[in-house]
Amino acid sequence: MAETAYLPGLAIQEADRLESTRHSAVVRVTHWITALSFLALLVSGILILIAHPRLYWGETGGVGAPSLIDLPIPFKIGYSGWGRYVHFLSAWVSVLTGVVYVFAGLFTRHFRRNLFPARSDLSIASIWRSVLIDLRLRRPAEEESRTYNVLQRLTYLLVVFVLFPLVILSGLAMSPAIASVVPALRDSFGGQQSARTIHFFVASALVLFLFVHLAMVALAGFMSRTRDMITGGETHE
Amino acid sequence: MSEIITRRKLIAAGFTAAGAAGLGVAAWLADRYGLIPPDHGHIFGSGETATYAALRLLTSRHSLAREFNRSDISKVAPVKGEPPENETYHRLLAGGFADWRLKINGLVARPSAYSLAELKRFPSETHIFHQACEEGWSFIAEWAGFPLSYLLNLVGVMPQARYAVFFGFDTHGDDGDLRYVKGKWNSIDMSDAWHPQTILAYGMNGHDLPTGHGAPLRLRVPRQLGGKSTKYLSHIFVTDTVSNIGKGYGAEGVERGFSWYAGI
Repeated sequence: MAETAYLPGLAIQEADRLESTRHSAVVRVTHWITALSFLALLVSGILILIAHPRLYWGETGGVGAPSLIDLPIPFKIGYSGWGRYVHFLSAWVSVLTGVVYVFAGLFTRHFRRNLFPARSDLSIASIWRSVLIDLRLRRPAEEESRTYNVLQRLTYLLVVFVLFPLVILSGLAMSPAIASVVPALRDSFGGQQSARTIHFFVASALVLFLFVHLAMVALAGFMSRTRDMITGGETHE
Repeated sequence: MSEIITRRKLIAAGFTAAGAAGLGVAAWLADRYGLIPPDHGHIFGSGETATYAALRLLTSRHSLAREFNRSDISKVAPVKGEPPENETYHRLLAGGFADWRLKINGLVARPSAYSLAELKRFPSETHIFHQACEEGWSFIAEWAGFPLSYLLNLVGVMPQARYAVFFGFDTHGDDGDLRYVKGKWNSIDMSDAWHPQTILAYGMNGHDLPTGHGAPLRLRVPRQLGGKSTKYLSHIFVTDTVSNIGKGYGAEGVERGFSWYAGI
């Protein structure tokens, strides 16, 4: 108490500096932990998938049973064991990081300020305008890049509040232990194999997002945007 | 200045000590309540321990795997792996398993051995369970057998027991040094061992257990993936520790990269 009283100037400076960065410390730290754990989840997920690269609908499925999709890759067993180990370890890291991010986002108004679109932007015309602007694939002007446009906001909201929860829940729905405690979870996905299939497609949607995200970052200036996500960056100088 | 640093150091030391003590207490509590899997020391043990502890806290002995209807039984029940290669197995198979015995010993009051005919006289049950493989495929089948808990009660399990270990036919076969055990073996904690749906099955879909599915007797642990349901059983060993069996991870599969706990 006494110590902070001696340094009011510093405290104000600190708050000012936080306000002025492009990305808050919580966003930066959770972004990179999520990036690393997502990469681990993706690689280990592929290792698990290639042991049986077929997708089914309902409760059951296997060689000899009718499948929904046969992925055009060979069956490759032998990696799913440690693939699962890495998958679950990185799932823990990713989910706990996600919890911190969501609570911090609510608490610091990150969602309200940076992700929820303005009501006026939520018209079809406005979203369409933003699609057309993005489709020109040119480097955004500096003032444009300080804030997310409505398309970016909706995409981030979709990733944070729809795709990530869905991929977590469909993953949990596959667990026989979870199914014994909350059978409704597995049922809501239409069975264990349906949950596996949905898990695959939602994960694929997240990978698609990753590619578009990386392309947009490259378009806006890969080095400077990456640097800003590490150091925080300045929004006005 | 030096005073501030001293105080800071003191506070830091206090936090460190409290943290270490907290971790110590947490580890002791986790062990006390059976939340630490035997493969916690494996290279991927941290994720495994978190998953096992979380699912153990979430599942109780009362949470039940779904029992399906006859109409849900899969037309195809894929078989994973080959029957044991050893001569004894094939001799017993040729003789209809008349000379086969299930041995149960370890921390039990009455170590015993049962013939298939004796086991079939135990009060029998049928269960229609979903079973998924680590690889991704799954099927539903009806299993006939008896609860493992019935057998455990019969032989009298001692209170210090923590694991039931299952040896298949291709493992050591007898009481050799368990550190050098070879072949397929697995273990479950007593929470799963006493679970009412954990059964020893000698029948499948209205017939004797087919060779590929583990004849003459296999374990079924419906709240875990199929790999946990050891096939071709010859010996059950009740113990307070699995650290002296094989590499001490609680299952042979851990050495090949599979997590011991398969409720995932």
